[in-house]
Amino acid sequence: MRIQLNINGLEKQFDIEPGDMLVDTLRRAGYTEVKKGCDTGSCGVCTVLLDGTPILSCSYLSAKADGHSITTIRGLEKEAAEFGEFLVAEGADQCGFCAPGFALTVIAMKRELGSPGEEEIKHYLAGNLCRCSGYESQMRAIKKYLEATHA
Amino acid sequence: MHREFKEVKKARGKIEGQGLVAGRPAYSDDLAPRDALVVKILRSPHAHARIISIDSEAAEQLTGVACVLSYKDVKRIPFTRAGQGHPEPSPHDKFIFDQYVRYVGDEVAAVAAVDEATAIRALELIKVEYEVLDAVLDFEAAMDNPTVIHPEPEIHDMFPIGFEPKRNIAAAYDMEIGDVEKILAESEITVKSSYYTQAQAHVALEPHTAYSYLDLHGRLNVVTSTQNPFHTRRLLGQALEMPLRSIRIRKPRIGGGFGGKQHVHVEPYAALVTLRTGKPAKVVMTRREVFEASFARHQMRIDMQVGASRDGRIRALDMHVLSNTGAYGEHALTVFMVGGSKTLPLYNKVEAVRFGGKIVYTNKIPAGAYRGYGAIQGNFALESAISELAHELKMDPAELRRKNMIAEGETSEIFKIMGEGSEGVEMTIESCKLDYCVDRGSQLIKWDPKKLAVPSGDGKIRAKGMALAMQGSGIPLIDMGSAHIELQDDGFFKLHIGATDLGTGSDTILAQIAAEELGVSSDDIIVYASDTDRTPYDVGAYASSTTYVSGNAVIRAAKNMKQVLRAAAAEKFGVAAEEVEFDGKELRTGDGKHSVGLKEFSFDTLYHEGANMKTLAAEGSFSGEKSPPPYMAGFVEIEVDTGTGKVEVLDYVAIVDCGTPINTNLAKVQVEGGLLQGIGMAMYEDVQYSSKGQMLTNNLMHYKIPSREDVKKLTVELAESYDPSGPFGAKSVGEIGIDTPLAAIANAIYNATGARIRELPLTPPRVLAAIKAARPH
Repeated sequence: MRIQLNINGLEKQFDIEPGDMLVDTLRRAGYTEVKKGCDTGSCGVCTVLLDGTPILSCSYLSAKADGHSITTIRGLEKEAAEFGEFLVAEGADQCGFCAPGFALTVIAMKRELGSPGEEEIKHYLAGNLCRCSGYESQMRAIKKYLEATHA
Repeated sequence: MHREFKEVKKARGKIEGQGLVAGRPAYSDDLAPRDALVVKILRSPHAHARIISIDSEAAEQLTGVACVLSYKDVKRIPFTRAGQGHPEPSPHDKFIFDQYVRYVGDEVAAVAAVDEATAIRALELIKVEYEVLDAVLDFEAAMDNPTVIHPEPEIHDMFPIGFEPKRNIAAAYDMEIGDVEKILAESEITVKSSYYTQAQAHVALEPHTAYSYLDLHGRLNVVTSTQNPFHTRRLLGQALEMPLRSIRIRKPRIGGGFGGKQHVHVEPYAALVTLRTGKPAKVVMTRREVFEASFARHQMRIDMQVGASRDGRIRALDMHVLSNTGAYGEHALTVFMVGGSKTLPLYNKVEAVRFGGKIVYTNKIPAGAYRGYGAIQGNFALESAISELAHELKMDPAELRRKNMIAEGETSEIFKIMGEGSEGVEMTIESCKLDYCVDRGSQLIKWDPKKLAVPSGDGKIRAKGMALAMQGSGIPLIDMGSAHIELQDDGFFKLHIGATDLGTGSDTILAQIAAEELGVSSDDIIVYASDTDRTPYDVGAYASSTTYVSGNAVIRAAKNMKQVLRAAAAEKFGVAAEEVEFDGKELRTGDGKHSVGLKEFSFDTLYHEGANMKTLAAEGSFSGEKSPPPYMAGFVEIEVDTGTGKVEVLDYVAIVDCGTPINTNLAKVQVEGGLLQGIGMAMYEDVQYSSKGQMLTNNLMHYKIPSREDVKKLTVELAESYDPSGPFGAKSVGEIGIDTPLAAIANAIYNATGARIRELPLTPPRVLAAIKAARPH
């Protein structure tokens, strides 16, 4: 079947099988910034924004996304670089495999919650696992990022 | 010794950080050709079976299937998948495919197809008939079990490691210094217990991935998520009977390793398909495959005895280990040995010490390298036992440790006797700030031996516990790293290293080291790493080796580079090389008569000097004659709910002596990440099986790793320390952080409740049962 997605502002058509998951459709089309980590919607590395809301593309049928707009981290280059600066300054960018999905969720959180407190941050990002960092450096980066960019 | 640095001991950002956040293609599967055949592996559903027949005809005939491979298609060559030096201390007991399968997940056949869906459909069409054999699932019943897991005659060890496959023994080892039985008998106080540590899964977020293709010269190229490209080339060459000159291995970015990628897991299957079809091929493990069919941490039973005098002098240590290597013996001997060699020297003033035991085969997932590498298991037993001893002595556990722990200028006979799979090396400890670590940690956690437990209401108790740890910095006389530095026009340098950054930031810190030695900015160092064709040799990233071993190699290369620069400038100036100075910006003679800026000089050497033009380059290699241990003191504050058995870690204080931290941020994050993996193992991570040997925890819903909501507070500080043998005083930092949480948390639970738990993980049901059992009736 054929679906139409607006990806990072560009209209694109995809021929898919009815059971295809969005992560596979995107990766096959070269959107390799969308990572595949667990296949069970548990780790968050496959996060994309669907009409601005974070979803796990490994558990989202491509067919269901038909007609919607998808944002990957490469569609938010400026915000990613802005947050990336804080992440890198804390040494929190370890293996980097979780980084695109994680950064996307942080950006979505900022849009949604403005300047959340520590517990809200943890809760919003609970689904974005990181096995390298112990999360503390990421928390330091998020706090400084929110502080520096809060209007 | 302590000098001011310009480039190291700084919180420099990682060179690739922004690229990774931006999602630029970086990992093996991002880079694989779009037309690569997708390889899927059919895995054994049985813990132990003989394959009676494989019928792959229907699969082969499916449109889009390029080939189906099984034991009938490959030569039966025993090899080891362990990424270790040569000859490997692991038995050669694995075949790419075999007629026998030895655990649920073992490779039966591989399918290559044009896409994943076709490959999966083809897998379902392969008909396999098995003769199911008895399985050995209980590691304590493995030795001399009537079921022999490896009866095949071709398997062998590379040198004596105590390999007795007919008894299900992969390796064995024993050593004794002094007379342990005698000293224990003489000791006024002794403690004796058995401790159990469970299998833990690595859960690097990037699944194991490799792709392969034939290049223009017809050579096999493999791009893979490996921690050791050069070992992978050697092991692959052996398994496929190919000369190493016809193989190139490259490691792009990898999404975490923790030891899990210190092996050859997916490469042979991609390579086989490419060699068979001539086409690019890729293997990307599913998360389930990573859980079921890569490796896990060795499960162990550790029988521990400690003898001491009434005044708290530790006189004898005795550690006896039974380790479960699963179906194959990768890292069997060495992980086990590190259980003793990187724990027991913590208490070096003993009169006698003994270590020994066996590593047995079972029909479970093979165990392999995993951060901590035996030291974490040994640490749980030793550091629990030391706290048990403190209780018997009615002594502050911190005080008991202060009295007995190793100090700067001292040694341990164990260093000489025990290496990794062979003898070790004599070593005097030139840097050890354990005294500071214990003092500072006590201060931060507010350690008061009279108030190690305080009720906090509602049946909850807040309590503190502690443990010490040590690790190593590479394997002396075995691990080697090397570096190549080359001046480029415009005055910057290429740094080519065999070292393998698995996300830790080693590319960044090795550039910092090169820059510091050359006197230039890190921005002027361009790093290229981990390519067997184009970078010099390096063992790879394991055994906490990169900073120390590869870092020292970079220093040597940079020192040689300065010599080369000075000699070339001397020729230009018409003076002797000794007269030329280089400060990172300019080459000049001491008398001020001649000078040239590095940038101008770099153009001259490549463009302006006619017959004298040349590439200015230098090499450096390093293999350690010692392995200076990093040390740490871990202190934890927990809250135990005595009604439910739930334990919360409120704060974990880690004070670490890693010598000079080359990058202060990255060193700290290594410790934080290690702590949380250790806390996960202490609290709930546990690889579990059905009674038939099927792994139950084969996904991230059933195998929980810590999320950010599980972290209350990690407090990490680095002690001021300098090891003269390290690059700018550095030791290692990659593993040390993971070691202490098991014992520290168990010790805190004991302090809270009087329940001494000697089996991990410390789940609420186990804690609750222990509390009930400990309560006086």
